[in-house]
Amino acid sequence: MPESQYLCAPNQFFSPPTFTPIVMEVRNYETVFIVTPVLNESQVQETVEKFTQVLKENSAALLSTEAWGLRKLAYPIQKKTTGYYYCLSFTGEGNIVDVLELAFRRDERIIRFLTTVLDKHAVDYNNRRRNGEMNLQKAAKETEAVAH
Amino acid sequence: MATPAFNRNNDRSAMNKPQDTRKKYCRFKKNGIKYVDYKDPNFLLKFVNEQGRVLPRRLTGTSLKFQRKVTQAIAKARHLALMPYVADALK
Repeated sequence: MPESQYLCAPNQFFSPPTFTPIVMEVRNYETVFIVTPVLNESQVQETVEKFTQVLKENSAALLSTEAWGLRKLAYPIQKKTTGYYYCLSFTGEGNIVDVLELAFRRDERIIRFLTTVLDKHAVDYNNRRRNGEMNLQKAAKETEAVAH
Repeated sequence: MATPAFNRNNDRSAMNKPQDTRKKYCRFKKNGIKYVDYKDPNFLLKFVNEQGRVLPRRLTGTSLKFQRKVTQAIAKARHLALMPYVADALK
């Protein structure tokens, strides 16, 4: 390669390499997690606050936070028979999930968690559920009555 | 009274009774349900037997598309301890 090429446009070659971030698709996610029942109310609240903060720091848009309260587990986990259930739904890029799940794994107050991607039907269903339109379930119950 | 679908072939007592002529159908298709929610264990309980195992399509009439979704939803519900992996008497 002739040297003149380099001499012509030095700026082009000596400029620092630009960082091009990998663009990830923004998707809808939903995370359900179980907090240990040994904590008191304020400690539980603090724990939930911590994870909503994690989401905020990673520029995720938190859509809703649902508290299902203290529920009985179907089987014991870490010798606990109950747990505080929380459900967060948010939109953001996929790398947020890694950060969030790492935070869950490092926190011993969390006994179980599950993150799922929501498709369009799921988003629609969740919106209806949040707005209190339980037509879907009523219909399902009716079919159950017919089937048996 | 129609005989329950699950002892149609094996139960000898059912052999003399008139056969259930009602056609099975996929309740998701019929009711326009597009999403199987893993957060609703009471609904998923309908697709599971007393031991907590997933019932086959041949008994519930669910279409293949939704049977896959049901199994996935049950798997998620089990992970979150909303449903048991194994049980003695669920119903």
